[in-house]
Amino acid sequence: MRKLLRHLAAMLAIILVGGLLSATLVRLAPGFDVDEEQLDSRLSGESVAALRQARARDRNIARFYLHYLGRALRGDLGESRTLNRPVRELLAQRLPVTARVAGLGLLAGWFCAVVVALVATMARRVTLDLVATLLAAVFLSLPAAVLALLFVFANAPACMVIALVVFPKVFSYARNLLAKSYDSPHLITAYAKGVGPLRILLWHVLPVTGSQLLAVAGISVSIALGAAVPVESLCGIAGIGQLAWQAALGRDLPLLVNLTVLVTVITLATNWGSEIAGQRLRMGAA
Amino acid sequence: MRRRAIGVVLSLMFALVAAFGQSGGELKFFVHSDPKTFDPLAVVDDASETIRYLTGGVLLRVNRRTQQAEPELATAWTIARDGRSITFNLRDHIYYSDGSPFSAEDVAYTMQRLMDPALHSPTGDSFRSGSGAVHTKVDSATRVTITFPEPVAGLDKLFDQVAIVSSHSNNKERAALGPFYIADYKPDSYVLLRRNPNYWRRDAAGRQLPYLDSVRLGIQPNRDIEMMSFRRGEIDLINWLDSEYFERLAAQSPGLVHDAGPGLDSEQMWFNQAPNAPIPAYKRAWFRSTNFRRAVSAAINRADLSRVVYGGHAQPAAGPVSPANHFWFNARLRAPAYDPSGALRILQQEGFRLQGTTLLDREGHAVEFSIITNAGNKPRERMATMVQQDLGKIGINVHVVTLDFASLLDRITGSYNYEGALLGMANTDLDPNEQMNLWLSSADNHQWNPRQKSPETAWEAEIDRLMKEQAASLEPVTRKACFDRVQEIAVEQQPFIFLVYKNALSAVSATVANASPVVLRPQTYWNIETLSLRVQTASKH
Amino acid sequence: MRRIRQLAWLLLGVVALSSLGAGLWAPADYAMQFREAPNSPPSHEHLLGTDDLGRDRFSRVLYGTRISLLMAPLAALLSTLLATLVGGVAGYLGGWCERAAMGATDLFLSMPWLFLLLAVRAMLPLNVAPTTSVAVTFLLLGVLGWAASARVLCAGVRGLRNSEFVLQARASGLHGWRLLAVHVLPNLKPVLLAQFWIAIPVFIITEANLGILGLGVSEPLPSWGSLLREMESFASFGFEAWKLVPLVLLVLVVSSFQIVLSRDEVAA
Repeated sequence: MRKLLRHLAAMLAIILVGGLLSATLVRLAPGFDVDEEQLDSRLSGESVAALRQARARDRNIARFYLHYLGRALRGDLGESRTLNRPVRELLAQRLPVTARVAGLGLLAGWFCAVVVALVATMARRVTLDLVATLLAAVFLSLPAAVLALLFVFANAPACMVIALVVFPKVFSYARNLLAKSYDSPHLITAYAKGVGPLRILLWHVLPVTGSQLLAVAGISVSIALGAAVPVESLCGIAGIGQLAWQAALGRDLPLLVNLTVLVTVITLATNWGSEIAGQRLRMGAA
Repeated sequence: MRRRAIGVVLSLMFALVAAFGQSGGELKFFVHSDPKTFDPLAVVDDASETIRYLTGGVLLRVNRRTQQAEPELATAWTIARDGRSITFNLRDHIYYSDGSPFSAEDVAYTMQRLMDPALHSPTGDSFRSGSGAVHTKVDSATRVTITFPEPVAGLDKLFDQVAIVSSHSNNKERAALGPFYIADYKPDSYVLLRRNPNYWRRDAAGRQLPYLDSVRLGIQPNRDIEMMSFRRGEIDLINWLDSEYFERLAAQSPGLVHDAGPGLDSEQMWFNQAPNAPIPAYKRAWFRSTNFRRAVSAAINRADLSRVVYGGHAQPAAGPVSPANHFWFNARLRAPAYDPSGALRILQQEGFRLQGTTLLDREGHAVEFSIITNAGNKPRERMATMVQQDLGKIGINVHVVTLDFASLLDRITGSYNYEGALLGMANTDLDPNEQMNLWLSSADNHQWNPRQKSPETAWEAEIDRLMKEQAASLEPVTRKACFDRVQEIAVEQQPFIFLVYKNALSAVSATVANASPVVLRPQTYWNIETLSLRVQTASKH
Repeated sequence: MRRIRQLAWLLLGVVALSSLGAGLWAPADYAMQFREAPNSPPSHEHLLGTDDLGRDRFSRVLYGTRISLLMAPLAALLSTLLATLVGGVAGYLGGWCERAAMGATDLFLSMPWLFLLLAVRAMLPLNVAPTTSVAVTFLLLGVLGWAASARVLCAGVRGLRNSEFVLQARASGLHGWRLLAVHVLPNLKPVLLAQFWIAIPVFIITEANLGILGLGVSEPLPSWGSLLREMESFASFGFEAWKLVPLVLLVLVVSSFQIVLSRDEVAA
């Protein structure tokens, strides 16, 4: 129980630091004080000054962050500058969309990566391994923008783009980890003694490589979220990824801080979850 | 006899089908972002402007084809001799979409709200001629006078942008006098506009307009998806088409694309002449030299820019006003001819010399500068690269730096940490008063050297004088003469090196009847009341 | 397998030599704009056609290979070394050190580093030399690209920390960096190689995307990333096979890297 509370406290500290850090990064980036509307030549000098002043309101990051935390405790996440809507409403609408797209993409990507890595490793045929490597290289080398546009053109689901972004990365780690494991002496002995391939996989390979594979699972969530930004923007999907890109271009401080906090929570939760699972796996193997 | 009867019946049937075929249906097209506001007086973005155009009732409308003001809710108007007030005679028995009556009080209410200093809207600021309050006088239910503190040039046409808001309705923002009203809005998805059952306008046959039942504005930021959707028949028009997409679409379906000719928009570059800019003094000296700017201008091949970047759908630009602006365009002006040898001669007069392939100034500095432009805008990136090559031929080394728009804006309006910039001008209004804050040396948008306490050059002082004179005058002839001279000075001095006027390109599905794209915004649906959908299966384009 | 590895080395050699000798093989300067023939298909004069400004695509592929082939592997090496340092040391030391390092790694993974890149661009002069811009871009990519694999490495080191052979090495007097370098890290080669291999094409593509921030390879210099982005027009404008050449080249080079770096496989 104490360990759990310590973990939660550490997570909270990281989330708070993350929010402040992201606010600072946004504040220090050029373009924070300006508004595209300033370029409208119909606007009077007073109106331009008013636009600048509205932006300057959040210049003091410490004050902004304290106000933000105070409001967040009451459930008010602020208002998006670029979209003129409450952040809570935006996140509530868009999070399920991204969860579905990224979640399905992650599952599909993992499934394909693990299956292909297993086949390539267990079959122990050079040709198969080469084909799998080429396939992974193709999807690693194709920009997400190109993939996304091709899928839109073909009316194919956008989650498959995320799957194809995740697949080569997970495949690469999985293939190398499994290959090393299958080359170890105790496995060669097991083969020689006639132990079946499924038993070898479940009893001898996964316990050894499992914790690292679980760590890959944790980071693949970050990969999927990162891929969601270009994929949603290009496929016209109104999810968190598209929101993040619009917020970044518009230097939308309230929205960006909330999005960073959200991503930090997801990253910490998945990586922590994979750590715990890895520990259990090692204890079970021992 | 029987054959004749059958013929009559068939003709009647065809006529009926044609009549009903010309009404009803839902027009679909995309806007590229969620609207920031539904308040027609606070419009700042394109999506909100589209909704305002389709739902707002205005006192008069600038016909997008003839560029002349025509009566709408006002049957007639008179501008006082001193140019400070305007009196409108209004139509009677007009109702908002929610049934509330329209009267002169609504006009007064709208103007009071619009001119509220706290609103800071571009529409409101267009009317600001001086400090002091705007007064409204309601003479009767159908007559209202609006008085401004100072004369407002081009006063009547400014009302094209003012949608009259109801002073009585419970839902002021959404009660519409225009052909449609806002029926539904799903953020990130669509805005649905339905036919206004109380719309006052009728066609020549006495049928109530609009013909369409509804307009669905899908929210789609991605232009590739817009293009694909159009080709699949999922949307009926693309209001603004990139030249690259125009060519591809034209190759497959030539009848669906429209090139209305040079639009109001231009692309230009300029040099940073701000005295406090953090650039080396010798570079500032180059940029402040009129001959240097003229030489750079002469060294740029505008015909190539039009042909290569825009596929011929652009025209070399001379000055700030394109020929699309019938009245205000100065027809005496010509785009600078491409003349690299002439450019070098001009530079040599200023003490520059070519050493090998490098141009040096009189102090021996190699002529080198950067041009910033906004990343993601492919035509501008390509133009910047072509300008880089053109100037390379006369020994000038140009660095092209593409930046995200906020960073770029920060440099040109905040830190002034830039040397050259390449951007465009999107002109929505025909009247040169719209450009007042561009030409006045004290203004924020006087891009090359903004917010001057007093004009730093004689020609800027002359432009200030001319712009103020045309703003104070009510005589079109006087105003035209003043602004013609402003354009001439702009071409002589080249503070902006105007590159091209972009053509107004659009695409309209074959199912849309009565479409007649023009150069003024909104190019394709300016006559929305009379657009209709043909009764045929929409096929893939 | 040996023959395939030889072929992979040969391919890498040919690509490297071609790019180094671009000045000899390229039919035109990479910046030369043949403005009478923009977007033209392959011909005698232009083997891979021309781009939208009329520049010879074949020349641009040759010159672009130089930049991408040199800089991307260096950046990948840097990110792998950083991942090894952070993940390896954290996993080896364990306890609060590991928790703190992994917490910092997770934080690093969540940050919008776009704004750091914007700030870096703002600090650099606008007239920075193209080579400097490229070097700074790939340096930043290397410095920012370590976090994901640091986690995987940490998990791996954690697993090996109490393994028998490590305990034996400790018992025989080996400690600290030597133990980590000699016994632990070699067993993590699969993860290190995976990280290195993935990073190369990812950095090549990311470099092109950084153009929106003013970083990356500036015009008129070509890079594989910018050449790959030409394929974005496929969906809207239709398939043009000659635009696939940079993709094919990148796939072959990336696959060759994987083959030459991987362990010997015993064919069944």
